[in-house]
Amino acid sequence: MSKVAFAIAIMAVVTYLTRVLPLILFKEKIKSNFIKSFLHYIPYTVLAAMTFPQILFSTPSIYSGVAGLIIALLLAFFEMGLVTVATGAVITVLLVQYII
Amino acid sequence: MNYDVGQYKRGLRRGLPIGLGYITVSIAFGIMAVSGGISVWNTVIISMTNLTSAGQFAGAGLIISAAPLYEIAIATLVINIRYLLMSFSVLQKLKMPMPIWKRLIFGFGITDETFTLAVLEKEELTFSFMMGLITLPYIGWTLGTVIGAMLTNMLPLSVQKCLAIALFAMFIALIVPAVKRSKEVAFVVVVAVISSVILKFLPISSGFSIIICAVFAAGLGAKMFPKEVEE
Repeated sequence: MSKVAFAIAIMAVVTYLTRVLPLILFKEKIKSNFIKSFLHYIPYTVLAAMTFPQILFSTPSIYSGVAGLIIALLLAFFEMGLVTVATGAVITVLLVQYII
Repeated sequence: MNYDVGQYKRGLRRGLPIGLGYITVSIAFGIMAVSGGISVWNTVIISMTNLTSAGQFAGAGLIISAAPLYEIAIATLVINIRYLLMSFSVLQKLKMPMPIWKRLIFGFGITDETFTLAVLEKEELTFSFMMGLITLPYIGWTLGTVIGAMLTNMLPLSVQKCLAIALFAMFIALIVPAVKRSKEVAFVVVVAVISSVILKFLPISSGFSIIICAVFAAGLGAKMFPKEVEE
């Protein structure tokens, strides 16, 4: 089994377990406000930590990275949806790469 | 033990908009994974076995950056830990008794979106309904990934290199609207960004940096703003 296949298997098992463990184990409701709040915040903090600062270095040059980031922030601010934001950022990067 | 066709069909109808929405997001996933160097085949397998957006994007990103397996495991766990809470909420609404093996089957299809629709149901949740609900999202997610993965292979390499930003742009599209609506989310996001930028200068692998920053920021937020969270 290649390393990639192994990584995929690990991802699948971990994801599956987070979904089904509560369905077969838990009996009582989670009462702690701290844990509930933590679980509420964690998806956003994970995404934020994954995006910054890596987005700036995700393209062939930092200039197109910065331009793509700005456009993505603008489109997201006006709540244009996932696909529009992604497409807008990619087109921006392509244009900047073409110009420089 | 019997299978309720009416319930299954009702679930299918509820799941249709989710399935359509998933096609576009998973096209993006297919493009991102293949342009990063993961094979078309592996990319589709990721979608078919994971069925989750943020977790897959992160996992694929770590595979591309050749992160060690334990980092991939921990990152996947941290990102998907919210499913614990969602499954838990779904459990409260299940029509009991339901045998464990049925829960083990439909549980695979719990996502942010199917969870939301499931808990909004007025009736108790049956196995047939849950299976109907997850069918089209699963098909849409797989189909979109196939389309995205195959599209990417047809693009020239210079264009592929410009696609990597699509993933991050989508993350931004997920974060920014939530930041606008909640001061608390804005706070934790800013903390995560600042700590992530700082850790960039330290000799820590990117997988661990993400975990440390995310747990720190969410923990700080939960400590400072332990508000009652709607589920």
